[in-house]
Amino acid sequence: MTAAAPAPTDPALADALLAARLVAAEPRLGGLCLRGEGPARSRVLEILRAALPAGAPWRRLPGHIDDDRLCGGTDIAASLAAGIPVHQRGLLAEAVGGVLIVPLAERLRIDIAGRIAQALDQAEAENGRFLLVLLDDGAEGDERPPAALLERVAFDCDLRRVCRLAEEAPLAAPRAVGGWLSDDGLDALAGTGMALGIASVRPLLFAAAAARTAAGIAGRAEVGQADLELAARLVLAPRATRLPPDASADEQTEPPEPPPPGDDPAPDPPGDAEDQPAPEALPEDLLIEAARAAIPPDVLEMIAAGRALRAARGGGGGRRTASKLRGRPLGARPGLPGGGVRLALVDTLRAAIPWQPLRRREPAMPGAGPIRFRRDDLRVRRFEERTATVTVFCVDASGSAAIARLAEAKGAVELILAQAYVKRTEVALIAFRGTPGEGGGAELLLPPTRSLTRAKRVLGALPGGGGSPLASGIALAGQVGEAIAARGRTPLFVFLTDGSANIAADGTRGRPRALEDALAAARRLAAERRHAVVIDISPRPRPEAARLAEAMHARYLPLPFADARALQAAVALAAPPERSGRRPAA
Amino acid sequence: MARFPFSAIVGQDEMKLALLIAAVDPAIGGVMVFGDRGTGKSTAARALAALLPPIMVMEGCRFGCSPDDPRACPGPCEATAAVRRSVPFVDLPLGATEDRVLGSLDLERALRTGEKVFEPGLLARAHRGFLYIDEINLLEDHLVDLLLDVAASGENVVEREGLSVRHRARFVLIGSGNPEEGELRPQLLDRFGLSVEVRTPRAITDRVEIMRRCAAHDADPAGFGAAWAAEDEKILQQIARGQKRLSKMDVPDAVLVDAAELCSATGVDGLRGELTLMRAARAYAALKGAKQVRREHLLAVAPLALRHRLRRDVLDESGSTARIERAIAEQFA
Repeated sequence: MTAAAPAPTDPALADALLAARLVAAEPRLGGLCLRGEGPARSRVLEILRAALPAGAPWRRLPGHIDDDRLCGGTDIAASLAAGIPVHQRGLLAEAVGGVLIVPLAERLRIDIAGRIAQALDQAEAENGRFLLVLLDDGAEGDERPPAALLERVAFDCDLRRVCRLAEEAPLAAPRAVGGWLSDDGLDALAGTGMALGIASVRPLLFAAAAARTAAGIAGRAEVGQADLELAARLVLAPRATRLPPDASADEQTEPPEPPPPGDDPAPDPPGDAEDQPAPEALPEDLLIEAARAAIPPDVLEMIAAGRALRAARGGGGGRRTASKLRGRPLGARPGLPGGGVRLALVDTLRAAIPWQPLRRREPAMPGAGPIRFRRDDLRVRRFEERTATVTVFCVDASGSAAIARLAEAKGAVELILAQAYVKRTEVALIAFRGTPGEGGGAELLLPPTRSLTRAKRVLGALPGGGGSPLASGIALAGQVGEAIAARGRTPLFVFLTDGSANIAADGTRGRPRALEDALAAARRLAAERRHAVVIDISPRPRPEAARLAEAMHARYLPLPFADARALQAAVALAAPPERSGRRPAA
Repeated sequence: MARFPFSAIVGQDEMKLALLIAAVDPAIGGVMVFGDRGTGKSTAARALAALLPPIMVMEGCRFGCSPDDPRACPGPCEATAAVRRSVPFVDLPLGATEDRVLGSLDLERALRTGEKVFEPGLLARAHRGFLYIDEINLLEDHLVDLLLDVAASGENVVEREGLSVRHRARFVLIGSGNPEEGELRPQLLDRFGLSVEVRTPRAITDRVEIMRRCAAHDADPAGFGAAWAAEDEKILQQIARGQKRLSKMDVPDAVLVDAAELCSATGVDGLRGELTLMRAARAYAALKGAKQVRREHLLAVAPLALRHRLRRDVLDESGSTARIERAIAEQFA
């Protein structure tokens, strides 16, 4: 597809190489993200460097960089050594006119990401542009660089499956004047973005700039269909949050505003590009097709799993909370050590040292050491901790479910419990049966606990029979979930039910109402963005349980098709992502 | 490079309205903007700051003091002349430390001469202007507390590192964030005066228009600015007129009763909601050039002033905006 690359080059690599040339030619494109470590990536970087003007800055950002080094400030160590203030330029300022490379971008701290994003925005206004290159080594789709940065680079190139390297000579890219983009072209790009469910306007601006630059590099005065397709493929497709409606099936599903042909008094469509489509083919449909074909497989998977929104958040998912003891260091704050809070020695020294000339003028306290500390100097450490998961089992113990396979369900739960025990997560148990107000309803049998034996005992003693107040069960799950979240933990719900509700939220009997209430409760749970699994325990999978799972944005798993081990694996999959590699407190 | 003109922003009427109300009455207590990335939140806020007429500042004053109020400066300040300066717009970075925000000991002076001098922070820089915080929901809680405190009191008091300084810090706080990426604590949310929900434009024509205007602005910022200068001027006059009318704006008792009824119907707790609603209605009426506040003004700003103060109702799935609209329809049909 790409005119610039010779035939044997892997298409993904060819696209990435082209993207590198485009950003070198047009710094307004912001930069690019390169996924997947390997020789292909080195190749792209090589080409990018060669395409830049000689001597352009080329800086790598260490992940542990501090604020002063990033944004500039007083170099305290050098200042103390020299006895006069020594200023250092920030890395961001040094990168102006060149490239800032962020290795391990998927692990970049959000505060650093925020600084870089701000510098990029300011650069736009002050002509201090630099290109941002994010090196993304994340293995999974939900471990991506911070969204604030992905949003600000035009290209997101996936090199993880590249197996052939290009034999291309690096060459300097001339600063090309961008080609002219017609209103039809703009319409087509905007329509494609809409069809792919891209909410942000930035990708559209990037796509337009990419198409213009591509035309400019190719020496065309006007943007052609090939340039538009390139922009759709490289800029829009990786950001898709939904699949475009099938163009061949029905083009009326598109927003109904295709501009009438000939509406535009601007120059005629160009005839120079040989890949110009026949005038009757709507360029927008071709673009959407090009974009659809280029949606990366993991984005497709996420769309299929309905997780596009969550994944689009970037930053690796998983909730975070500040902790005093464990996790990734968050930096120091003024405060007193003690009560589990640790002193940050270096930061305390940094705070105290500038004051030394002043403090030496004051009469010394008896026993004062070479460095005079005050209470105000003390800094304490804070860490960010991944939150622990609490698995909440919600068991439908009604007659219909009990007759079915409550015993088997219990077996499955025990296996999951064993796993929870290994991972030191907590469990809770909710059961619902009978009519609320008549000795039945939903009940929290076991508040969150780590005690496996207790959980087993409660589960074993769980009686079955009665009506199915599904809505009450889900509502109680929601409350329990809220309480768990309030304690800084992440709830994971495992519903074991056949989905056949027959008691409504207010206790009245009747299937339609009951089902409606249950679905409403499920949607509320989904709105709270809780992770959940619905395990269908009816002998034959029923549409009700599947609908329930859908309303809850939960994984659906029919028990007849899964033995207890498969269940366990499914629950492990649905659990909120958790990263390994916690660092102990220093 | 010239900023994108305020009047050239496509759509986003609610956000623009909230910003104009804050410009007319900066005491409204800040604007919280909810919305996706890339919907022009920061562009609109920056554009408004660039649009406002320059302010007079004591020359070289590190606290941005106004010549009308010379004694407010904590000094040491030897400025005698006043100069014109554009309205400050400070973009607070996510990783900002307390030192950078509040101000701290001037390290350079401390090292060089051993003097204890206060170096003003971002709060001082934002005085009489705007303080914009993107992704405020990701900002550390203690910083948000601190910012809202200063925004409400209009004064920054520093008592740390052996320094004791107080200086004026009156600014319009604009926070933005995507609730899907993390919520702001309700007690913090309540302290913002207005809130706006920004959505990406749905119509293709709007999106194309955005692309066209951005391209035009990129290609020739000065020319683009000039083309929109007349429109911007109109908005400027509207703000100026609003500011002038605001102090004389009269609120009839009937409107006060309406406000109280609306607040109780929507279940807004506390007085803050009611007071902000009245303030916003006055500013809106002033912007519209009305002589006194009428019910229509009140209802127009009700979603802005109340939306973020509703208690979350687990039994009600509809958004808070819909709940306010329903209450309005029921009460004032």
